[in-house]
This record gives sequence, structure tokens and C-alpha cells, in this order.
Amino acid sequence: MTLVLDVQSLTKGFTMHHLNTQMAAFDDISFGLHAGEFLLLKGTNGAGKSTLLRTLYRSYLAQSGAVLFQSSHGVIDLIRAADVDITHLRRTEIGFVTQFLVARPRVSAQALVAEPLRQAGHSAEAALDEARRWLSAFGVKEELWRAYPTTFSGGEQQKVNLARALILPQKLLLLDEPTASLDVQARTALVARLAELKSQGTAMIGVFHHPDDVSHLIDRVIDLTPNASNPEDREDVAYECKTGAA
Amino acid sequence: MTIVLDAPRIVITRPLMTLKNVSKSYGAVQAVRDASVEVFPGEVMGIVGESGSGKSTLLRMMNLEDTPDTGSYTLDLPDVQGNLFELDRFARRMLCATKIGIVYQNPHLGLLMNHSSSGNVAERLLVAGERRFLVLRDKAQIALEASEFPLERLDAPPIELSGGMQQRVQLAKAIALEPALLLLDEPTTGLDVSVQALVLDTLKRLQQDRQITMVIVSHDLGVIRTMADRVIVMRRGVVVESGLADQIFQDPQHPYTQQLVHAKL
Repeated sequence: MTLVLDVQSLTKGFTMHHLNTQMAAFDDISFGLHAGEFLLLKGTNGAGKSTLLRTLYRSYLAQSGAVLFQSSHGVIDLIRAADVDITHLRRTEIGFVTQFLVARPRVSAQALVAEPLRQAGHSAEAALDEARRWLSAFGVKEELWRAYPTTFSGGEQQKVNLARALILPQKLLLLDEPTASLDVQARTALVARLAELKSQGTAMIGVFHHPDDVSHLIDRVIDLTPNASNPEDREDVAYECKTGAA
Repeated sequence: MTIVLDAPRIVITRPLMTLKNVSKSYGAVQAVRDASVEVFPGEVMGIVGESGSGKSTLLRMMNLEDTPDTGSYTLDLPDVQGNLFELDRFARRMLCATKIGIVYQNPHLGLLMNHSSSGNVAERLLVAGERRFLVLRDKAQIALEASEFPLERLDAPPIELSGGMQQRVQLAKAIALEPALLLLDEPTTGLDVSVQALVLDTLKRLQQDRQITMVIVSHDLGVIRTMADRVIVMRRGVVVESGLADQIFQDPQHPYTQQLVHAKL
């Protein structure tokens, strides 16, 4: 198996200058992630699950450690890589899925969903066809495809967002509670798409409020709760998902 | 805590624009101190900071309207060489007309308010040497159309237009010659919020369709957040922080940037 991500002694905290304080988020985290592997992050509220995802995506700057990513251009440390390289990788190899859509005025739902394909060089027509296919899979009504999502309800926006985030297969996918408040059809479509991407080799790290949805995809769990012991093998995970408090 | 990032390894294109160690004083006031900025092709760079932080001075230098006391400025284009601050006035004017476009906050700075809108755009083409009337008229119209200016008002002078429309004329003039670099100095400040959204949307559209490299200065963080890929933060003439736009807004490192981000409504 190819190692996609090699996280070494990653440490993150926040300095709040106006309060003159430091707030630790997580300390000395190390793990590896292979192609096609699905890693679940768990932990109590505030344990640093989302912070870890954002640090890997470089929305947050780590204080120390390394995140070695096996890009198609060779191994690169996401913690120290130049901003322009990070921008490039975000467009081509690293995806981030949240429940929040960044809608733009006067851009239709289908154009928004097609955008990642356009940027990857697909023709306008092919990209739009594919966008419509995914909007339909996630249960967005056809009447809405040409409308502007700025006015959509929260649930519909979230579906547009998922379609956009998952349309282009990527090497590494970071998932920050994508299933929260989704209806059944969209949730089923999401899980099916994740399974498909996983089988194609996408490595995934996810935070899920209700991991039951994706329990059959999970290969490993890392518990970020301070002093937690980390169950690493598949049986433990299956057991935890069935009996867990989630 | 300082984080030293590596030089780009994947993006092997050179920066389109490089300002290096630029300093400028007006009398006893140091407006810019040892500022360096690199902007890559197709990128949108945002510059934020409070009034008097030196951000507009920096932009004026990029438009060669102002020369720093020290420092260099290069554009990585086939027929442009050397430190642009060393060019004479004629060469500067030619370079600015053909390679750099600018939109000012105040349309009076960029437009002849009593000439027709299409004439204002055509003037830019005249400076670059175009003399054929039909070509002038066509090219001006294309640029105005791309800026989403209503074509039935082609002959209206800017003085008769609304603030949002005046900015579109400025924008059309700035992009008429397809510049390599588009500079925007508070392009939406002072406009109604709804008009502001439309102008930003036009800019975003242009950027995506034409892959124009942009530098945008604004004290409005919402504008920068909407537009920029990367951001530099200036305070009292010094670049105090730079980074990816989402990082600057979500995890600002410098005390001043934290203050600025937290002050946003």
C-alpha cells in the first residue's frame, strides 16, 4: 500500500494575543494513512478533531511537526510548503468537505458544482453534465439546478456543497461532519460516493457526529481525547460503532 | 512564533510580479518599510491594513506612479526587463498603458468625467498606438461588455453615471488592453452593499474567465475574503503577516491581524 500521509509529532495551539494566553489544541500526534484507507477521528467536544483537519489542510498553522504528503509531484511537507503549492494541491489532490456552502451571488448551483472540474480542465459541457448527475444523486430538485444557491435552505445548500466537494476524485479527502443534518437520500448518496472514492484509492480522514453512517468504511480510529488509548484494528472499530454512545 | 515556509516546489512558474525590499519615506514619515511581495500568475493577492498602513502607497508603486527610496520591481513578461523603478517617464507610461491596469476608489482619478464612457476606454487604446476608429470602438465595446456595463449607455459620460457604473467604466479601461496585472485600490469602497456585491462578482467572473493576475487593496475584510487567494497584512508601513486567505482569517498569527480579524462585524 502507498503511504499517502505521514503525520509526525504534529502539535497545534493557539496564541490569543489580546488575552495574552496560549490554548493547546493537540500535542505530538503521529499517524500514517494509506491510499484507500478511512480514518475516523473521535474525541470529546474540543478535543481538537476539526482543528486537526484544518491543520492538515493548512487553514491553521501547526506549531511543530511534519505532515508528509505523497503528492503526484513527490513528497511534500504540508506544514512548510509554500502557499502557492498548497493552493495548487487544494485544487488538484486534497479536498475538504464541510457542511457549509460558500455560495456566490449570481453563480448557479450547477455552475458551482461544475467548477472543480472546469479548473481541472474538463470542457464546460462535460463538467455541467457531471454536475447535474451529482445534484440529482444528492436529491437536489431539478428546478433548482439553474438557480442561485444563496437563497436555498440550509439542507439544499449542504447538498450542493457535497456535490461540489466530491465531484472530482482526490488523493486525500478531509471530512468535517459532512452528514450533520442531512436527509436520508443525501446521506445514502454521500456514503455511496465515499465508498466509491475509497475503492478508487482516495485516503480519507473524517469527523462524524454519527459514525454509524460510515461504520462499514472505517479502517481505523484515532481518539483525540487526552489520555485516550487508541484502538487500531478493524474489529475494535466495528465493535465501537455498534455499541458506541454516538 | 514565526513559521518559515519553503520556496514553491510544485508551482514552478516564476512570480509574475516581484517587489523586493521596498522602502519609501515622505519627509519624516516612513510610509513603507522594507516590504517584499511576490504575486504568481493567475493569483489574486489581497493587501489589508488600516488607513495609513502603506497599502495604497505600495499599490501606487506597482502602478509606477511613485518611486521608492530603495527596492526593486520586476515583471516576468517576455518584453519587460530589469528594475522597473529605473525606467524613464516615457517607458513607464508605455508599460503602464500596455501591461498594467488600475481601478481607483475615486473614479475621478481614473476617468475623464465629461467624456463619453466608450471614449474613456478608447483613450487607453490610443495611448497604446491604436488609431483605427472602428477597432477603437469595437475594442472599447468588448471591454465594457466584459465589465458588464450596459451598452445602451456607451456614450454617457461618467459624470452622469452611478458609482457602480463608474467603477465598471474604470474596470473596462483597465482591462481593454488585456493587462498582465490588474491593480484594484478599494474598488468597491463607498458603493452600496448590493452594488458592491455586483462589482465584486464581475471582478470574480473576469478573473476566472481570463485568469488575470490581480492585486486588490481594501480595508474591507469581506472584500478581501471574497476575492483573494493570498493576503498580506500591513501595519505602519511594514508587512506584518502573509499567508493563504483562509489561514489569515481563521488562524491569524500576528497580534495586529488578530485584532483586525476580530474587529470584523
